[in-house]
Amino acid sequence: MGETLNIFLKSAFIDNMVLAYFLGMCSYLAVSKTVKTAVGLGLAVIFVLGITMPINWVINTYLLSDSAIVAGVSLSFLRLILFIAVIASMVQLVEMIIEKVSPALYNSLGIFLPLITVNCAILGGSLFMVSREYGFVDSVSFGLGSGLGWFLAIVAIASIREKLRTADVPPALRGLGIAFIITGLMGIAFMSLAGLNPADFN
Amino acid sequence: MAETTVETKKKSGLLGKEDIKLLKDPLHSDNPITIQVLGICSALAVTGSVTKSLVMAVALIFVCAFASLIISILRNSIPSSIRMIVQLLVIAGLVQIVEIVLGAFAYTAYVELSVFIGLIITNCIVMGRLEAFAMGNNPKQALLDGIGNGLGYGWILVAMAVVRELFGKGTFMGWEIMNPLFAIVGGEYTLNNLMVLPASSLFVIGIFIWVQRNVDDELVDKS
Repeated sequence: MGETLNIFLKSAFIDNMVLAYFLGMCSYLAVSKTVKTAVGLGLAVIFVLGITMPINWVINTYLLSDSAIVAGVSLSFLRLILFIAVIASMVQLVEMIIEKVSPALYNSLGIFLPLITVNCAILGGSLFMVSREYGFVDSVSFGLGSGLGWFLAIVAIASIREKLRTADVPPALRGLGIAFIITGLMGIAFMSLAGLNPADFN
Repeated sequence: MAETTVETKKKSGLLGKEDIKLLKDPLHSDNPITIQVLGICSALAVTGSVTKSLVMAVALIFVCAFASLIISILRNSIPSSIRMIVQLLVIAGLVQIVEIVLGAFAYTAYVELSVFIGLIITNCIVMGRLEAFAMGNNPKQALLDGIGNGLGYGWILVAMAVVRELFGKGTFMGWEIMNPLFAIVGGEYTLNNLMVLPASSLFVIGIFIWVQRNVDDELVDKS
């Protein structure tokens, strides 16, 4: 249990997908104009990460590992395609749900909703899970943790950008330009957390 | 390189004004990286060296152009409920082709880039253009849009890589530049380690955006 909680905290706050690994940048920068849309997309990402991670774990363990289906044959070369297919179908599901439940949010997210499919944080998360050899429970906590980390990062930058609207930024840097630079600064600040282990504080 | 392509296309007379716009806009006023904010992750990852960025740019132009063409041809027969999976399968297939071709003809580049070539699948420019353009336009326009966006991505990528490699490693495509230059005045170049960090590419893109919008006032964010 302690280890599972540890993975959750670590993936959310220390090995943050956006600020430590720079994954999932496109939608992070493009949809962070207002806190409201940022929260919507953040929740969608938490959901997709939390769902795809255990599904991909099952696929990876029971279909793709050595001798899983046919003795002596490893199907691991299918990993990328299968993972992306699971992610694409989950995102399609989320898109349908959001379109039904909140058409306003659906319109403001625009193209970046289907683009969760190619949000590198999602596929990256699944690949990290494989390379770090997490178990089933750990992979759920890793998925939810990274989702929460991504959510917090996009909400943080959205609030900074909302405040910046009243600041005296050079016109040409307004909006996107300053968002890039702020993300760079946040990333550098986050580097000081690299390698920290929450278990050490017990 | 990007400019000459547009020039030769213009002379051939094959393309109307609209078609040239499709090719030209992504280079500047509708650039995938600096205006549409697509494909940032790979821009952060490969711009540490110019050679890597060049190979990446060529690979992406190929994948983006042909994925747009194929999806545009198929666009009326794809049910919208499974369109993402179809798009991804097409992209994945093309990326696989790039990987095999690179492995056969440019083995050193293939070894250096292996992971990132696979990650073209998750490069949002490709799928972004499929969703935003190829699903609703005819194959010829979709092909041009794909090439245009690939070129727009490519030139920003290479320009960033030139800056980062020059200041971070003091080299250009592996040749020593900074040290010989500084040796002329009897000095020595101290490497700028900030430029090696992934975070620095965010600053470089930020500065590019700053310059681009200073040159062209129409691109300034008015909201």
